[in-house]
Amino acid sequence: MGKPMNKVKSLAQAVAGLVRPGDKVALGCGLEAFIPFAASHEIIRQGIGPLTLIAPISNIGIDQIIAAGLAEEVIAAWVGNVSTGVGYNFRRAVEEAQPRPLRVYNHTNFSITLALEAGSRGLPMAVSRSPLGSDIIRDHPHFQPFTCPHSGQKLLAVKALNPDVALIHVQRADAAGNGQGWGASGFTRQAALAAQRVLLTCEELVDSQAIRSDPDRTLVPGLLVDAVCPVPWGAHPSPVQGYYDLDNDFFVEYSRCSKDPARAQAWLRAWILDLPDRTAYLDQLGPARLKRLKMSHSALSSPVEYGW
Amino acid sequence: MSRYTPAEIMVAAAARQIKDGEVVFVGMRLPLLAFNLATATHAPHALGVFENGVIRDRPATAPIITMGDAPNQCQALKLCDLEGVMSLLGRGRVDLGFIGGAQVDQWGHVNTHRVEMPGGRFLRLPGSGGGADIACLAGRLLIVMKHERRRLVPQVDFITSPGWGPRPGWRQEQGLLRGGPAALITSLGVFTFPQGRAVLSSLHPGVSLEQATAETGWELLRDPHLQTTPEPTPQELEIIRRFDPQGFWTH
Repeated sequence: MGKPMNKVKSLAQAVAGLVRPGDKVALGCGLEAFIPFAASHEIIRQGIGPLTLIAPISNIGIDQIIAAGLAEEVIAAWVGNVSTGVGYNFRRAVEEAQPRPLRVYNHTNFSITLALEAGSRGLPMAVSRSPLGSDIIRDHPHFQPFTCPHSGQKLLAVKALNPDVALIHVQRADAAGNGQGWGASGFTRQAALAAQRVLLTCEELVDSQAIRSDPDRTLVPGLLVDAVCPVPWGAHPSPVQGYYDLDNDFFVEYSRCSKDPARAQAWLRAWILDLPDRTAYLDQLGPARLKRLKMSHSALSSPVEYGW
Repeated sequence: MSRYTPAEIMVAAAARQIKDGEVVFVGMRLPLLAFNLATATHAPHALGVFENGVIRDRPATAPIITMGDAPNQCQALKLCDLEGVMSLLGRGRVDLGFIGGAQVDQWGHVNTHRVEMPGGRFLRLPGSGGGADIACLAGRLLIVMKHERRRLVPQVDFITSPGWGPRPGWRQEQGLLRGGPAALITSLGVFTFPQGRAVLSSLHPGVSLEQATAETGWELLRDPHLQTTPEPTPQELEIIRRFDPQGFWTH
């Protein structure tokens, strides 16, 4: 079945329509870049939970959902703060069940990619050699060692993952949800295909002709996408190639504030709960800061010829 | 006061482990600086692979904090996805990879998951990321870590990234076809793993054997020809500081 041709929605509408309590949500699919912070903040603002969060190196986006008490399970290779290391809310949830208990299924970057890859192919499992020898696979329902019927080698059967919804941020998309992203993409492609629903945010909504001029660049085809939301700066404080770079100070400040549980809650109120939307968030960041982060060194690619 | 920091001599020692033309799974922090230093000096043809999907043969176009930063993607040779770069590891196309961690033991197992504390408490750490994949699949593994007794433990509390194991053939028994730790570079010296066990092969200038012994949680084995780690040259220090101008990692 195709999906409707005009999928443009406000972020609040899209999140309300596509993210439900109990969902398995894939986010941070691009690792350090393209983290869909605008979308994850909207989930927190709408208080949608409990959720299972699926991510490779999920960064502080997940830490914030945990702080809001909306996560009951995390399936991830790494949870922390890429600039400073520790994700304090994640740590409190695992060590002290605060603000609520959290189940964690540990993966590696490779194994979680393969789990989504299997899900994206409609298969129940993937085959991997990593992380054999690691304690990650001990008593873990997603990993089962087996002997290869062809080679006799010891291998791992990695259980497939199919998220209910994937939150994906890209540079540009058209109204039909054809999303074009450039830059290293983590497991974005696999997550989009494995998920039941895709919520796409983009820096710019473009005419369909811009997409057609460079179809190789389409990372997420519109046929997989349920809603597309133009949200400039939608991945701040993570970087988006060609638009803005990492806001390291923001990560460092978050680390400082999240160390203490009361200050972590104050941070959530100040940057998410007490703000009506992303525009208010950008106002709070202020124009000087955005100007500093905005792309300042242009590096255009050579055009390619798609003619016949 | 020394003219370089412990982190800077670690970076210089790590850079020397990279041979010209090698494919290196880089990682962040000190290993990234080591890769940049190696390509700027003795290994101009080394190729860097980053787990987010970046393949590049020269340093980022400006200083970076994470591998996803825009200057690390600009002027790359290839931007792909996790599957693309992890397949290079799986296929055996990566000569060496760097990892760090909270604990390492005498067999080179690395723990980045959980540390047991007195009274049944524990510390939860961020997890593997790509660390376990690199330890399982890279041609050789280089471990970079601060040298403290609580970090260099006889046996890690949790094996995130498998090393050599307690007996010969342990890796093969697990199903691993190659790889294993080649060196452990610490803030006090450099260990190698000639028989699958850590042997201290060099001490950094000014570090005593007593100091290294006191800060090592296992019974220290040392190379009979124990060396002094060469100091970073002024040129090496200039390059390291160019890539970490604020000393975010090296101070």
